[in-house]
Amino acid sequence: MNKIKEWLLVKFDKDKAMNPYVAGALTGLLIILSVLVSGNYFGTSTSFVQLIAILENTIAPERMAQIRYFTIVDPVWSWQIFFVMGILLGSFATAKIFGEFKWQSIPDLWRDNLGSSKYKRMILAFLGGIIAMIGARLAGGCPSGQMSALILLSVSGLAAMTMFFIGGIVAARLIYGGGEK
Amino acid sequence: MTNLIYGLITGILFGFLLQRAHVIRFDKQVGAMLLKDMTIVKFMFTAILVGMVGIYMLADLNVLQITGRTMVTGGVIVGGALFGIGWAMLGYCPGTSWGALGEGRLDALVGIAGLFTGAAIYSEIYPALENTLLTWGNYGNLTIPDALGVNHWLIIVLFVLGGVLMFRWFEKVKL
Repeated sequence: MNKIKEWLLVKFDKDKAMNPYVAGALTGLLIILSVLVSGNYFGTSTSFVQLIAILENTIAPERMAQIRYFTIVDPVWSWQIFFVMGILLGSFATAKIFGEFKWQSIPDLWRDNLGSSKYKRMILAFLGGIIAMIGARLAGGCPSGQMSALILLSVSGLAAMTMFFIGGIVAARLIYGGGEK
Repeated sequence: MTNLIYGLITGILFGFLLQRAHVIRFDKQVGAMLLKDMTIVKFMFTAILVGMVGIYMLADLNVLQITGRTMVTGGVIVGGALFGIGWAMLGYCPGTSWGALGEGRLDALVGIAGLFTGAAIYSEIYPALENTLLTWGNYGNLTIPDALGVNHWLIIVLFVLGGVLMFRWFEKVKL
């Protein structure tokens, strides 16, 4: 078991994380393999729309039929829905194996800058989720989908990724005050 | 069905890598936006470079076909900026929020509820966007080499060189 753990870590740094270049390169290979085996590029934001469509189709099918967007995104159990469920399972199992699973409501960096009010954290997380998803749908995908777009050398991937970071850098500076303690 | 199982397995492997590299953490994501910790940029950009070289090699060998993604300037610019703002507030992106929940982060669970709410809102406001913002500057499935009229390997080599120089700089200044 310890041997396996050591091998999986690949390289230790100060917080015992896998080297980001190694993990990134393996992710790149995983994307290539996924495209070869099943023709699927990575992407996650469509799965949220599909799950909402499936839910609305179950509880209010007449209403669902009137929503134009759901003629573009089908209410079906897709590769992508199983992909995100896999991310949840994979991360959970790995965190457990490496003893890093921890219930936490307020991240350290948040606490250092904005204090320990749970309500404040939850409200911003919820609103941030709404804004991020609307933005991702408009831009044609979230970072994982834009990674795929950039792999394909799409102009949209480069433009969207640049805008993500511009928006993120400006907003983070305003919210977290430059990150100084 | 097989396709769904591939999705699950691919997700589990990706979840493993995301967790091991610690890139699903709020501190790493916001750390990158504050330009203090470039771990997620190293991870993402290395994956992109490896994927780019591999996928284009396979395309040149006629194993697969490349189509770029649709470039709608209005959607990408406005949506991209909105995503960035939401991402800074939440501290996770849609995919990594599931991974963060897997590590026990409860704020990610609230974020996921927000992401679903956002998806529902988007489906309601879509008719208003479809004929306005989402028609502005539509270039179709445009790729960078097509836009510039050059061979794709020139662009790939430039990306790889740019990436290596950026990584060297990150390591030099210990970002």
